Amino acid sequence: MPQPLNYLKETASQTAGPYVHIGLIPAMAGFDIFEKNFSNMLVTPNTQGERITLEGKVIDGSGTPLRDVLLEIWQANAAGRYNHPADRSAGALDEDFRGWGRGGSDFESGLITFETIKPGVIVDRTGRKCAPHVNIWIVARGINIGLNTRLYFSDEEGANAADPVLNLVEPPVRRKTLIATRSERAGKAVYSFAINLQGPDETVFFDV
Amino acid sequence: MNAQAPALGDPRLNRPEPFTPRDGGFFQRDRTIHPPAYAPGYKSSVLRSPRQALLSLESSVSEITGPVFGQNDLGPLDNDLIRNYAKDGDPVGERIIVHGRVLDETGRGVPNTLVEFWQANAGGRYRHKKDTYLAPIDPNFGGCGRALTDDTGYYYFRTVKPGPYPWRNFVNSWRPAHIHFSVFGSGLAQRLITQMYFEGDPLIPVCPILTTIPDKDALDRLVAPLDLNASTPFDSLAYRFDIVLRGQRSTYFENRPEGN
Repeated sequence: MPQPLNYLKETASQTAGPYVHIGLIPAMAGFDIFEKNFSNMLVTPNTQGERITLEGKVIDGSGTPLRDVLLEIWQANAAGRYNHPADRSAGALDEDFRGWGRGGSDFESGLITFETIKPGVIVDRTGRKCAPHVNIWIVARGINIGLNTRLYFSDEEGANAADPVLNLVEPPVRRKTLIATRSERAGKAVYSFAINLQGPDETVFFDV
Repeated sequence: MNAQAPALGDPRLNRPEPFTPRDGGFFQRDRTIHPPAYAPGYKSSVLRSPRQALLSLESSVSEITGPVFGQNDLGPLDNDLIRNYAKDGDPVGERIIVHGRVLDETGRGVPNTLVEFWQANAGGRYRHKKDTYLAPIDPNFGGCGRALTDDTGYYYFRTVKPGPYPWRNFVNSWRPAHIHFSVFGSGLAQRLITQMYFEGDPLIPVCPILTTIPDKDALDRLVAPLDLNASTPFDSLAYRFDIVLRGQRSTYFENRPEGN
């Protein structure tokens, strides 16, 4: 018998359930309890970068938007730097940008929004340039383990075409499921997305 | 059913070790111990489960990093569910302490990570505008809290034991008493939501959600044992719940797919 490795096993995931708001966004459950709350507003007046709105829905296999889903987003700042010590790239940190937020879908429409900034190009440790993107994590009733996906930006065609992750997506027709569409509303950029859990346009989800 | 094995029973885990951040890629997630996305016994999963294969990504800077939280994000009562929503007295129910460590697969404590928890009250009713179960709301119980782990990955909070409740799956489906947990870890790839159950609950083996887990040992690891040693005499019982997040490699050598 060789020596035992003695690794522990990861704790199993369980669904966040329909009442995930209680713990993570209590205001949406209908009450106020914490002094400080997390939200879908990632920017302060001092944050560097272009203000953008991310706006979209998560859609089930019947075409119906989920109205009890919770999304978290994690992104680099306008200089392409994540606010975390393991990012050793050269871009400047922005003290006014944590780069993380969470939001629940509207109980009627299913719409989810985030107020953030557009991230910069990310330089990975091997020197690869990665197209600007936002990392998304999705939990809800009926989702047994959190789903990881990404949003890229429709006005970054050149960077997207060279992005090492987008280029892994086969067949290429599925790459469009990761690209949010830019429009302008009252002078501000809005990026719209649809995350399809099933069907011919099923979004690409990652095992990260 | 065996309750969660005490992770600290492994002497290797008690070895004092200065915490040096590892910042390589995460260990491949073993999906055979997690519930599959499509688990028809839990009916809500049928329309909400992706059907295409997941695209495997080796950890990049986007997954090795994740949000960093500090005490500034918390209030002084955030880990005391007996007091953090009390209006005119204590909530009804069995007073309990829940405590444990957040570890990674190599057995190291995960320090300074955010743990969030939420639950029904002692009667099995959630304080949520969409919950219509006939059991009453407790005016002194909110049902949520959060804590940061200390330097060794340890966390604790005080609450009342949640009650079981019925839900629409089969006509007579009941959830065992449980507390929902949300844990971050140091990188996005460690993000986890799970549920803690209580040793000896007869609803555990018949729960359509819990039994989505295909691996018996993985299921048992979600069951917190009664921990009398951590109880407060004449005040509160205690349950111990350790949580294991994915392990992470050290970056001895950078990955260079094109050669040296």
